[in-house]
This record gives sequence, structure tokens and C-alpha cells, in this order.
Amino acid sequence: MDRRHELSGAGRAAAWALAAAVPAAFLVVFFAWPAATLVARGFHDDTGWTLDGFRSVFTSRRTWQAVGFTLWSSATATVLCLLLGVPGAALLFRRTFPGRAQLRAAVTIPFVLPTVVVGVAFGSLLQPGGLLGGLGLDGTPVAILAAMVFFNYSVVVRTVGTFWARLDPRLADAAATLGHSPVRVFLTVTLPALAPALVSAGSLVFLFSASSYGIVMVLGESRFRTIETEIWFLTTQLLDLPGAAALSITQLVIVTILLWWGGRAQGNLTRALKLQPDVLAARPFRASHDWPLAAVTGAVVVGLLGLPLADLVWRALHPGGEFSLGNFTLLATDTSLGTGLWAALRTSLVTATAATGLAVTLGVLVALVASRRPRRRRARHALATLEAMFLLPLGVSAVTVGFGYLITLNRPPLDLRSSIVLIPIAQAVVALPLVVRTLLPTLRAVDPRQLEAAATLGSSPFAVLRRVELPHLGRGLGLAVGFAFATSLGEFGATSFLARPDNPTLPVLIFRAFGRPGADNYGMALAASVVLAGLAGIAMALAERVRPREVATW
Amino acid sequence: MVAGLEVSDAVVRYGQVTAVAGVSLTVPKGQVVALLGPSGSGKSTLLRAVAGLEPLVDGAVRWDGEDLAAVKVHRRNFGLVFQDAQLFPTMTVGRNIAYGLRKLAKDAQLRRVDEMLELVGLPGFADRRVTELSGGQAQRVALARSLAPSPRALLLDEPLSALDTGLRRRLAEDLARILRETHTTAIHVTHDHQEAFTVADSVAVLHDGRLLQLDGPDALRREPATKEVAVFLGFRAFVTEHQAHELGWSGSLPVGSVLGIGPSSLVLDETGVEVPVVDQGYTVEDVEIGVRLPDGQRAVVSAPERVDTVTVRVRLIGGAVTPA
Repeated sequence: MDRRHELSGAGRAAAWALAAAVPAAFLVVFFAWPAATLVARGFHDDTGWTLDGFRSVFTSRRTWQAVGFTLWSSATATVLCLLLGVPGAALLFRRTFPGRAQLRAAVTIPFVLPTVVVGVAFGSLLQPGGLLGGLGLDGTPVAILAAMVFFNYSVVVRTVGTFWARLDPRLADAAATLGHSPVRVFLTVTLPALAPALVSAGSLVFLFSASSYGIVMVLGESRFRTIETEIWFLTTQLLDLPGAAALSITQLVIVTILLWWGGRAQGNLTRALKLQPDVLAARPFRASHDWPLAAVTGAVVVGLLGLPLADLVWRALHPGGEFSLGNFTLLATDTSLGTGLWAALRTSLVTATAATGLAVTLGVLVALVASRRPRRRRARHALATLEAMFLLPLGVSAVTVGFGYLITLNRPPLDLRSSIVLIPIAQAVVALPLVVRTLLPTLRAVDPRQLEAAATLGSSPFAVLRRVELPHLGRGLGLAVGFAFATSLGEFGATSFLARPDNPTLPVLIFRAFGRPGADNYGMALAASVVLAGLAGIAMALAERVRPREVATW
Repeated sequence: MVAGLEVSDAVVRYGQVTAVAGVSLTVPKGQVVALLGPSGSGKSTLLRAVAGLEPLVDGAVRWDGEDLAAVKVHRRNFGLVFQDAQLFPTMTVGRNIAYGLRKLAKDAQLRRVDEMLELVGLPGFADRRVTELSGGQAQRVALARSLAPSPRALLLDEPLSALDTGLRRRLAEDLARILRETHTTAIHVTHDHQEAFTVADSVAVLHDGRLLQLDGPDALRREPATKEVAVFLGFRAFVTEHQAHELGWSGSLPVGSVLGIGPSSLVLDETGVEVPVVDQGYTVEDVEIGVRLPDGQRAVVSAPERVDTVTVRVRLIGGAVTPA
């Protein structure tokens, strides 16, 4: 026997514990510590413990307006996304037609676009003189809602669609033979069965909408404020750190409640369902039957997803109404924004690459540990907690992360504030949940009997891991890299706190240009948005090509 | 006009694959027809076409002479029971059964649910969650759910296949009783001929999307229409009249026919022909002795005990008259 592969049981457990400890330590230092410090700051001033921060913030009308608008806009966007996304899910996951794969990929593009770009695109579309300027929607919440739906539509389509694809079609067949029309079958059988996916998708959309800082910053024009923009305002404009901390805590509480409730509801609802292991529920598209699905989805894809992007590109290429590359040449040469395009582009690519490396390395470790199937109940619970812990940054505002860094990592033992290293770390924290959510399903999809078969064929646990599980993980790696890169590239919330004035990333540059008066600045914002959207799009397109089938959701 | 269900020249295709290739059969009212065939023979597809879940490429499905092509699934009033129950997971047992009863008043629904649960032998189960049911119970509930709206025909798609053997036998007998008691017109799809013979008045044997034979169980056993049918029913060796007589058979065969030898065609007989023993295997009821017939074919003789000799003496007492 080869002794080197014969780690003892205790040794193996130690190895796994180490694999869990590295990412956990990262999360503690760069997420939990800053967040906890923030919490403490909210209750603490120079003299001692106090609730003054809360008191002053929550007696202000401004705060309640921001909280109210956050909840209202996120809830409305969630409902709209679900209403539009369910027909999309039916069409893209329950019907087969030529070009379906391309259409699925196309609806995902908005999700990886930087929020700032989405804001600029909708602003350009709806402003007076824009393509839809005549509708008078500029500066109304409609623009913000439309951008939120644009951004999150694919979350619903993918989450609900992949679940729906695994739902046995004979369930609906049974209902039909009992005398119910297709509409009633959908309402009484299919929709209740889809409830876990609807809850899951809905809570994600709510989270993403509530934290779509960039969209509100660009489109809200300081008239519409959310908790996140208010945190930014209190921190950077009023230097009211206790107040900002109080708001961050409020957001943290809302997010935690939502994640907890969503997870619980999902668990309760999923238990009863027998899901098919494979995608076999799709049937060919029949125009006579499926035209409502096609009509709704077509309207969304063309009108809501396609139009803003097409308009963005068109306007970027037509400064003053004529075709010209002026905006792009100006962007490439101008340095009035603190830096030129090339420097910002380089900063963006370097930080995004570093963040991707960090997030994927840690994500692989987390996925490997979380996908273990221990026998003991307590160990299983511990793994579930570990997994949930790594999803938390998803719900906690990037603004909170950025702000937390500002107040914790600015003094020994870890003084990183002046260092550019903080930006990729913050971006990695934001991207890590996406990486874990992408890699875990590939490992979970491995039938435990395959591992047992490998073991009975004489493979040691390490050999099973290396020869059976890692190849599975490898299939999800491309997509994880794409997601991490696109997310890091477009990250704005945390980066806007951390980027130094003379060294901005591309999204920060866009926001600066957008916020300045003058056609030239606006033109540069448009051109830079096109460049950034292009880069994110390319990264995702490459990742889509290697997407494994079981990885469904964002 | 045919009273009841009539399928004529039905053709169903999945893309390039023809799953059902021109099948015609009738199910008179109150009768149960089993669709019997190996997997991939098109029997489930034919059933789904009758239910309206698969479009017919050619041919027709009629009820009392009325063509159902334009009648949607939910207006056909055909009940359908699947292999794996397909109970609605979000509803209780009672609400599952009441699902097809929305035209009835609430209290009438409740009465009907109780009546149905009684019929399938699960009284008092109305408030159970469907996740609490065993496989056999779930199938009974599925049957109750399909029968509750009094469908004009019941379509059963391998309803017992997912159950273990003992339970399958018992439920097959229950199913036969329930269908008789309720005078239900039914098509029962199965790959198990034992089950088909238990449940059905007549059996349609399907192979490669074609109907080979539609007959009563007895006729099917005595005179299978083709060798494929005979093989599917368990007749493995085929002998000519001359060979049959040498084995002690006293009947006569029509010209162009052979005699199929099944498990109960041969008996041990001290005065019979001596044949070598090839192998021996156990079933729950008896021992099956594999023997080599004089022409080299293998046949099976049932015996109460294992034999220790290298040969046994057998006599041919029956068999299936099969076209050669």
C-alpha cells in the first residue's frame, strides 16, 4: 500500500478544516471585521456607548424617505420581474426552438453589466431629447424601476426556468386530464409547485434591487434616495459616520431577515417535490399555442433589454447627431477626469484580474468543503452554516463593505487604505458568493454512488477527490471565472469608496464623467460605458461557452 | 358506429422516430383492454395520444363515433393514472381527489372523496399529506383521483410498475375488482403479462409501434398470432407436429403452424420421453428444470422438488399454436 495517500481519518479532517479556515479567515478579516466594527461604531461615540447615531438618523424624515423608497422600489421591481420573468422562463426552459441557447445567453448579459452602465443607458434613453424622452419619464421612479427590472430579469428567468425544467410535465398532464383548462392548471398546480423557485428568485431580485447603488446614484438625481445612497451621502458629504453606521446596520438587519425567511420558505416548499434529475420536460415551440409566451418575452427582450443597450451604443457613436468616433477619441485622450481612459482601463483590468484570482481560489476551497457529505448531523449543520456565511456578502451592501474598510483597515495592524490592494479584496468579497453559487452545483451534481463506485474500485479518498470530483469542478470553473471577472470589473459600490482620486477604475470614471456638466463629459460617459459593457459582455460570452448544464442560476 | 373508445390507424411520431405506426383497436364500454408490450413498443405513447397529450400524425381517436381530434385534453373526460402517481405535492390527499370535482358543491365533493377513499381501501386518509404516503398508497390515491369525476374512460399508464412484486400482485387484483365494480371502460398499459391477464378482459400486444394481436387472455395463450407474441408471453421453444407427437402430445396442428412450449406445457411423467437436464432454478412456488429437447432447443418443466438425476422423463400436454 502507498502510505502517502493513506492519511488517517483525523488527518483528513484536519486537511478539510484547513481548507475551510483559509477562506473563513479571509471572510472574517475583510468582511466580518469591517462589518462588525461598523456595527460597533453605530452604538459608540467618543464618550461611550450610545444610541445617538440611531436617534438622529431615525428622527430624520430624509432617512424614512430613503428606507421607504428602498423597500417600495425593490418590492415593485421584484413583482415586475416575476410577472415578466415567468413567461420568459416557460419559453426558454420548457420549449425548444432554434436559437434558444443564444437567447438564454442574451438575456443574461444585463445581469453582468455594471450598474453604472445600466444607469447611464436608461438615463440616455429617457432624458429629454433621448429616444423615449417624449414619455416624460426622466427623473421619475419609472426609470429606476425599469433599470432594476432590466438588471434582474435574467435572475428570475434562470432561477425559475431551471427549476421548472426539472418539474415533471406529467404533473400538469394529470391536472389537465382531470378537466382543468391550461390556465387553471397553471394557477392551481404549476405555480404552487414553482413556489420555491419563485421565493428564491424573488428574494434575490429584492436583494439586488435594494443594493443597486449605481442605478440610483445615476438615475435618482438626488431626488430619489435609497438606504445605500444615503449611506454614501452621510459618509462622504456630511462625514456623519455614526449615522451611516446606523443605516448600514438597518440594511444588514433587513437583508438577514430576508435571507433567513427566503431560505426557510424555500426549504419548506421544496421538501414535497419530486424533481426530475434531467432536463426532459421541454417540448417543441408551437406558435398557435405558445404565442403569448413569445409575445411577452419578445417585448421584454427587444423593448426592455435590447433598446437601452442599442440606444447607448448609438448615442455613443453619434455625438451631436452625426456618426463619429469623437466620444471615443476624446475619452482616449482627455485627462480632465483625473486620469485617462488607458490608465483607468489598466487599473480596472489589473484589479479585476487580481480580484478574480482571489475570489476563484477561495471559492474553490469553499465549494470543496461545503460539498462534503458528512455522516454526522452536527457536521452537516456546520457545513450549511459555512455555506450561508459565504452567501451573506451577497446581501450586504457593497457600500457597507467599502465603508467598513475605510474605518477598520486604516490603522495598524492592517493599514491598507492608501494601498490599491483594498480594491481587488473588496471586489473579491463581492464576487465570492457568485463563485460559490456557481461551483457548488457542479460538485453537488456528482452522484454519491459514483464516489462509492470509485472507492470500491480501490481509490483512496484523496484519489476520489482528484480523479472524480475535481474534473467536475473544472467544468464549472470557466463560468466562475467569467462571473467573478465581470462582477469585479463593474463593481462600483465598494470601489467608489476605495478608489483614489488619481487612480479610478472604469465604473468610477464613468460616474465622474456622468456627474459633470457638458456634452463632452456626457459623451465620454457614454463611450466609457460602451467599452465597459463590451468587456463585461466578452467575459461572460466566453464563460457561457463553458457553462455546465447543472449550473443554472446567475 | 362503435360504442365506446375506438382508435383507428393511429400514428404518433417524435421527430424522425415513429413511436406508434398505425394501430387500430376498440374498447367497448365497460371493458378493460390491456396494452402489453416490451419497453419502447409504443404502448405508453398510444395511451398519451388517446388522452390527447400527444398529437396524432394520422388516424383518429373516437368516442361513441365522435372524432376527438379537436377536443382538448381537459375536455375529453378521460382519467389518466401514471406510473408514479403524480399527486399534487402542494395539496392534501383529499384535495388531490377533489381536484377534478370542481363542478360539484363543496359537501358533495367531500362525500365523493370519502366514497373514493373507501373504494380504494384508504378510508380516513383525506387529511394526510401526499408525502406521508407509501408507494402503494400513493397509487391508490391516484386511482381514486382519476375515478372521482367518473371519467368516461380510464387510462392507466403502468400504474403498478413502480411497486414491489407482492404489492403489485395484490394491487392488480384490487384494480381489477375496482374497475369491474365501477363498470369503468379502461386501457391498462403494462409490460407484465401476468398483470395484463389479471386486470383486462382482452389484451392488445404491441411491438415496435404495431398491434400484433388483440384477444382474450385464453385465446392469446392458446393461439398467439405471431411468434413474437408467443415469445413475449414466455413460449421459448417451438416444435413441429411430428416432434410434438414424439414428446407425447396427442393434438393436431393446422398446416403451417408450430407448437410453442411454455413453462406449463411440459410435465414430468415416468412414461414420457427421456431428456437431459441442462440447469435448475428456483421460483417461490416450484423448481424450474431446464431440459434439452431432442432437437436441441431448451424448454422448462416445473417440478415440486429439485431432481438429482442427469435426465428426466417429460410429456408434452399443451402449448400455443403459433404460425411458423
